[in-house]
Amino acid sequence: MSKKALFDKVWDSHVVSSIENGPQILYIDQHLIHEVTSPQAFNELERRGIPIFRPDQIVATADHNTPTLNQDQPIKDALSRKQLEQLSQNCEKNNITLYELGHKYNGIVHVMAPELGITQPGITMVCGDSHTSTHGAFGAIAFGIGTSQVAQVFASQCLLLKKPKSLRVTVNGTLKKGVLPKDVILYIISKLGTNSGTGYFCEYAGSVFENMSMEGRMTVCNMSIEMGARGGMIAPDQTTFDYIKEREFAPKGKAFEEKVAYWKTLPTDEGAIFDKEYVFDADDIEPMITYGTNPGMGIKITEAIPEEDTLSFNKSLQYMNFSAGERLIDKPINYVFIGSCTNSRIEDFRVAASFIKGKQKAENVTAWLVPGSKQVEAQIIKEGLKDIFDEAGFQLRQPGCSACLAMNEDKIPQGEYCVSTSNRNFEGRQGQGSRTILASPLVAAATAVEGKIVDITEHLN
Amino acid sequence: MEKFTTLISTAVPLNIENVDTDQIIPARFLKATDKKGFGDNLFRDWRFNKDGSENKDFNLNKAQYTGSILVAGDNFGCGSSREHAAWAIAGYGFKVVVSSFFADIFKGNALNNGLLPVQVSEGFLNDLMTIIESNPSSKIEVDLSNQTISVLDSELSESFEIDAYKKTCLINGYDDIDYLINNKELIEAFEAQKTY
Ligand code: SF4
Repeated sequence: MSKKALFDKVWDSHVVSSIENGPQILYIDQHLIHEVTSPQAFNELERRGIPIFRPDQIVATADHNTPTLNQDQPIKDALSRKQLEQLSQNCEKNNITLYELGHKYNGIVHVMAPELGITQPGITMVCGDSHTSTHGAFGAIAFGIGTSQVAQVFASQCLLLKKPKSLRVTVNGTLKKGVLPKDVILYIISKLGTNSGTGYFCEYAGSVFENMSMEGRMTVCNMSIEMGARGGMIAPDQTTFDYIKEREFAPKGKAFEEKVAYWKTLPTDEGAIFDKEYVFDADDIEPMITYGTNPGMGIKITEAIPEEDTLSFNKSLQYMNFSAGERLIDKPINYVFIGSCTNSRIEDFRVAASFIKGKQKAENVTAWLVPGSKQVEAQIIKEGLKDIFDEAGFQLRQPGCSACLAMNEDKIPQGEYCVSTSNRNFEGRQGQGSRTILASPLVAAATAVEGKIVDITEHLN
Repeated sequence: MEKFTTLISTAVPLNIENVDTDQIIPARFLKATDKKGFGDNLFRDWRFNKDGSENKDFNLNKAQYTGSILVAGDNFGCGSSREHAAWAIAGYGFKVVVSSFFADIFKGNALNNGLLPVQVSEGFLNDLMTIIESNPSSKIEVDLSNQTISVLDSELSESFEIDAYKKTCLINGYDDIDYLINNKELIEAFEAQKTY
């Protein structure tokens, strides 16, 4: 028997058929939808008179557009409101489960689905959102699709695709104190660049990922798209099984045991061949931040911005108002955002709270803490973290994508810097003219307390 | 979907690398529930100044640059999966985007909307950029059947790759949904005997 990688095992078991010299028909087990990228797909099907093929394999949530304050009141923005209404109507008409705004299971699509046990090892999963790669943390093949493809899955529960190539990133060793999963992925992207993964599915392997929590694994897989890869994957293990067990949609009892037995067959066989391999050492990874306008422009927090004389590099620094050779330590920062599908899970808020406890937010800083889901929000309150945040002057808001893409009112003003736990530092991503510095929740919390970027390693006891 | 075979047109150069989907169509314009009108906001924050006036320095606003071919720097379309980016480019009137590298999802989205992504070598892209910038009225021919892109009245020509299945779709103007629906029996049979 040939040696197979995790990715191959899952992909190959989902191929319905292959077109000669063309793509394959890939079966999709789970389809997640949200308000922004689904309406045109529903319209398309309606226009062509095609019914939704498998409505019970679709789960919907409202997240991109939703306000993070006063969610119980009608939405002020007429266009946003219309988008949400349309989602509700479409779901109702087509018998699709929807966790709408205010529902106890509502949240960012990539936070709520794993939390409910919808995300499981060995399945294929898609969503009209590039950060669907997040779900690969469970050993699923999960990737973002465009709206035409959303319509295809609606119509047939399948997609026409060419099998991507495989890539493995191995990180061995033990992470240093203060180095979080976010730093690991920012480090990898800073080394590999933003298009090294294009055309590939990436498996993360090695002791660093084996020892990571599911939350951390999701943070890593989430940003696979930021190096161009369609998805990321981590082999399922006991950590995965323990996370899934007893969740709402998880198989129960004997059915669960049977699944686990199957899931245990999925990890990459020893000796399997990848199209590309990279190996890093945990010892080289330190807390990271970005200085430019793509996620590959990352440095160790204590490092100086590198010199590079290209058009796009200079354009990027000009936008950020930074110069080559400059250090960002002590740079005053007025906005801090802890949230987004990268870092809005309970563990992220625990990390932030453990640093913030007993301290005060700096006067100059506006700090938004936006949980990824209603369940995370409830947990924050239950664990008493909210009290810590309140006492320190932080604002805990209601769940949603929020300032990650600033489609709602949560926008960073023109010209302001924001230290953000989200995944993209593109020009204007967090609001027109805003300047995003990506970092871990720990670095973000420290920035909010100090009012400037600090060397986090000096602030850990 | 509109059929695509051959296109002869002038081109607009956009000599910027890593053009991401947030630049192509900023998120605040994603609230529409149909596909129309996105062209008006293509490259919104580059095309317009803060006061809403046109940014005269941006190539799309320069009178000398016209046509339905956009020639862009490396790694075009990176970032989000929003198909609104392809709708915006097509809606503005482009039929072809040329670059030395396209992000995966963008490429697929473009093809699904009859917008042809033509991936060329870095050398060809540089030469093409120079020719258009020095002579904006240069005509470029994109021949899908023969998979070639050439600058008319010049030596500059290169062949490009395209998935055979996608090529057939574009030339005939049909899409993946048609294909999948015709295979429903296969799909149902697969569901009945899934092995996982
Ligand atoms: S949090 Fe940001 S990256 Fe994640 S799904 Fe929402 S908008 Fe996309």
